[in-house]
Amino acid sequence: MSEPTPIAPPRRAALAPAAPVHLNAEIVVRARQLIALYPERRSALIPLCHLAQEQDGWLTPEAMVDIAGLVGVTPGEVLGTASFYDMLHTEPVGRHVVAVCTNIACLLGGAAELLEHAEHSLGIGAGGTTADGAITLEEAECLADCDRVPCVQVNHRYVGAQTPESFDQLVADLRSGARDADIPPHGTLIRVRRTTGIEADPVAVAEERRLAAVARSARADAADGAGA
Amino acid sequence: MGDQDAETGGTDAPVDEGVEFTIDGRTVRARKGEMLIAAAERAGTFIPRFCYHPRMEPVGMCRMCLVEVSGPRGATLMPSCFIEAAPGMEIVTDSAKVKKAQDGVLEFLLINHPLDCPVCDKGGECPLQDQTLAYGPGESRFVEEKRHFEKPIPISDLVLLDRERCIQCSRCTRFADEVAGEAQIDFIGRGEQIQIGTFPELPFTSYFSGNTVQICPVGALTATPYRFTARPWDLDQVESTCTTCSVGCRVAVQSSSNRLTRLLGIDIDPVNHGWLCDKGRFAADAVNSEDRLTEPMIRKEGALVAVSWHEALEAVATGLKAAVAERPESVGIIGGARLTNEGAYAWARLAKGVLGTDSVDAQIGDGLPAELVLGLPRATIDQAASASTVVLLTGDVREELPVLFLRLRAAAVDGDVAIVELSPQATSLTAHAEVSLRYGPGDAAALVDALVSGGTPPNAAAEPGALDRARQLMGEGPVVVIVGRPSLAEDGELVADAARKLSAALPEARFLPALRRGNVLGALDMGLAPGVLPGRVALEDGRAWFEEAWGSVPLARGRGTADMLAAAAGDQAEGSAVTALVLLGADPLTDFPDRRLAERALDAADFVVAVVTAPGAALDHADVVLPAAEAHERPGTTTNLEGRVFRLGQKLVPPGQAWPDWMIAGELAVHLGHDLGFDSVGTVWDEIERVAVSHRGITRTVLDAHGAADGVVAPLSLSKVSLARRNAPLDPVAVPGVESVERQGASLQAGLAASPNAAADGPEAADPSDGGPSRPAVLSGPGEFAVPHVAPADGYSVRLVASRVLYDGGAAVASVSTLAGLVAPGALRANPHDLDELGVSSGGQVRLRSATASAVVPVEPDASLPRKVVAADFNVPLGDGTVADLIDRAFPVVDLRMESL
Repeated sequence: MSEPTPIAPPRRAALAPAAPVHLNAEIVVRARQLIALYPERRSALIPLCHLAQEQDGWLTPEAMVDIAGLVGVTPGEVLGTASFYDMLHTEPVGRHVVAVCTNIACLLGGAAELLEHAEHSLGIGAGGTTADGAITLEEAECLADCDRVPCVQVNHRYVGAQTPESFDQLVADLRSGARDADIPPHGTLIRVRRTTGIEADPVAVAEERRLAAVARSARADAADGAGA
Repeated sequence: MGDQDAETGGTDAPVDEGVEFTIDGRTVRARKGEMLIAAAERAGTFIPRFCYHPRMEPVGMCRMCLVEVSGPRGATLMPSCFIEAAPGMEIVTDSAKVKKAQDGVLEFLLINHPLDCPVCDKGGECPLQDQTLAYGPGESRFVEEKRHFEKPIPISDLVLLDRERCIQCSRCTRFADEVAGEAQIDFIGRGEQIQIGTFPELPFTSYFSGNTVQICPVGALTATPYRFTARPWDLDQVESTCTTCSVGCRVAVQSSSNRLTRLLGIDIDPVNHGWLCDKGRFAADAVNSEDRLTEPMIRKEGALVAVSWHEALEAVATGLKAAVAERPESVGIIGGARLTNEGAYAWARLAKGVLGTDSVDAQIGDGLPAELVLGLPRATIDQAASASTVVLLTGDVREELPVLFLRLRAAAVDGDVAIVELSPQATSLTAHAEVSLRYGPGDAAALVDALVSGGTPPNAAAEPGALDRARQLMGEGPVVVIVGRPSLAEDGELVADAARKLSAALPEARFLPALRRGNVLGALDMGLAPGVLPGRVALEDGRAWFEEAWGSVPLARGRGTADMLAAAAGDQAEGSAVTALVLLGADPLTDFPDRRLAERALDAADFVVAVVTAPGAALDHADVVLPAAEAHERPGTTTNLEGRVFRLGQKLVPPGQAWPDWMIAGELAVHLGHDLGFDSVGTVWDEIERVAVSHRGITRTVLDAHGAADGVVAPLSLSKVSLARRNAPLDPVAVPGVESVERQGASLQAGLAASPNAAADGPEAADPSDGGPSRPAVLSGPGEFAVPHVAPADGYSVRLVASRVLYDGGAAVASVSTLAGLVAPGALRANPHDLDELGVSSGGQVRLRSATASAVVPVEPDASLPRKVVAADFNVPLGDGTVADLIDRAFPVVDLRMESL
């Protein structure tokens, strides 16, 4: 049994969430717009995790604390949710996350050989990151591009079927920045911002929400009444 | 009430209006909306389960409770914890298909389970172990490597996690989220990688973390203090009530070889629903302390020397006689909230009937006037949780009465209760309050005035409309007011005044006194307060009755703790000094808000007797020390803040020569030349039932019938008492480890206890004492008292709020090593604008000065505080001292100068 690590004593529970300190101002503005889209604040949790990855490339603990304050949950719940999803990284990753599919179609198309080649040429195992922080190699389940096997994604963008040779070229291009135009650094999910609905009038949204809540509770009461 | 009972899983509610369905061919009735698993259990069919817990929302996580349910497509397997009983439904719980499903589920659950039962604390009381034996396949086809983790990892100071034992039932995460409202633990990862965890650097600091250990159906969560200390089959247990605070949670007390091993919460509907706070759960360990006092001691030549009880009591009698010979009022008795009702009654009778002093106070300057508490119409916790509006005029309920916080939070979050908070600072219920109004110390009554008669509140910072909204909510009955002490730095009479005004404006409102100390409400009922006699009777009203019962009662109203200490310190008029002080389990040096006054008083008193369980600062001042028995070492009764009387179970033998308090009082009376006539704790209760008007009819028979479960609310006229025993067995999976608790009391014939005083002031005909004085009336109404005048603050001062935190320097925490480490140093909280004006930033320091004291303390901003109001937590380190150094009881509020360094 290892010695349990000491833990800071509990303090008087914080009664109000702290303002974001880690996320930058632009992202916080964007986060507030996203939160305004949902009837419940916590529904914006996953979009906000993606936003935070846009800033840091991965989901840092500091960002998770900020997100928790923004959507009104505990940091533990943010970690719990984020750790469920493969596209949210709660550990540092490289600037480019290269995912090689090894599901059945790709496997038949040489994915195992490709992955083995990738591991050797990058000098890391699947799940590892190169020492220069450029590349994280991932072994992925089906990436839904089965007509181009073995299928590879970089930062969630398809780069088509790869051979060991084309793979090395791809890595060299990523390192040199030759692919920066079509493959932004990891974390940037999309460069086209959604604008529809984002600029909604907060007062109108609040009123809509209130009415929805009233209707909900009326429905609940009616259901109770019917049940009782 | 039907709905509520269904929600709370009550077993006494009628089921006539329910739905009819069949289990294994038997026709049974379920309540509307009841889950199959619960309905089946009431009908006597136990369906195995892990994740289902009667006090939490079902999730259908573990699939152990699969049963066959008939439907349009034939019988299909469904989780019975997740399906409501419907009319005509046919379910089968014992078919081959169900058995195969159970085999499969258990084989799956055991795939990664280490089967380390021989070294697991849960072994012997483990639902996984028991249900694998009862329902499992008997073997596993899994030959691969199981999951391995570092073990155990601490998720808090009190809870350890062995992840490989976890079966992912989500009971602990649901408790943290749904019940405690602090989801600090959650599932991390997915699929085969899933595990329970906390956020890095943010441990599971909830005050309720121990409950997750209690409801864990495997050995994944264990409590640091209990781990590896006992095996379940060596434990002996008895049902009792926790006396750490005045909520009165029902517990199973477990011990092994006269050593208390742990407390587990028992589910009763009216109070705790099975939950306990960590302080209650783990502070019970104090009885095991090596420091316990085991022998009476007398100060000889400056040092305390162990002596016999006879010599010690003789010394006490001599000292008290000398003081009484001068004036009975020169004896003061402080404390008594630690005592049982019987102990409190015996001491009240000793003080008021034998010594003749009325200067007796179970509240240590941190309470409310006894007449107010006893006279206001009392609410129960259930009434508060089902009220339309709850008005909070108290400190932070989570810090003071944690399980009451759980009930109120649930009422506000899941129920229809609207909370109106009147408080000088944000509390843990602020987030759940409909309206939260701030006031400065001394202004509570003015705020209530503004609320009830439509004036301007003293602190105009309230957002517009808030006042109107609060008025509207308070107009929608039923209203329950929770009244306590928001600040120990202001005179209790000031809050009492606000409560009095609320009571006048809302005559239908009921009040729940949020007094914190264990049996303080029982002590007040038993007359351990100035101006009252046992049975919630005023001194003058009860004079004739108690002269008949006791022989004599004090001539005049005595002093409360603050006045007693001032009189002992020589601050009061010549010839009125208190020269002898008896400390009944109270240590004014740590407990009284004005520490300097307490010190001067104890220094100046000629004769100090300490009736204590463990050493404390007051021992240095004691001339005689009498060792008393602690909770769990003495039988008797206790009374919670609702006035609910519970039987206490005795599980341990007191150490050495420690005696229960009623026995100390009885023997001391003999040494003073009186025989109180008590020969057992039962005879004390018989006398209480006879002479205490509010407790008429609550005989030992009634208590025994109910000692097993819900207790009895005094006075009896308020509640119908059913003598029917609750036969529902304890759910062994809801709380592993308490299925076979020894329930107290003899079984009785079912029936309804006669309520001898149908109304407290009912006809006297039933009174057996012919020709004697008539029974006195129970106090009613908020009482009269002088409200101290609060001068308006000058523009340069800040006004101090001293509020409570759960883990403080009090005896309950200090004597338990696992909790003592949780006491965190405090800081002065101030409005950020006030700090900006001073040019002090968060984490900086300020100097606080009063006319007589000065301290340098760390500060942090708190935007919830009004301007010119500062707050600090009582009895935790603050700078080089505590906030008690800055409080001067001579003034009703504490004004300080706050300066930058």
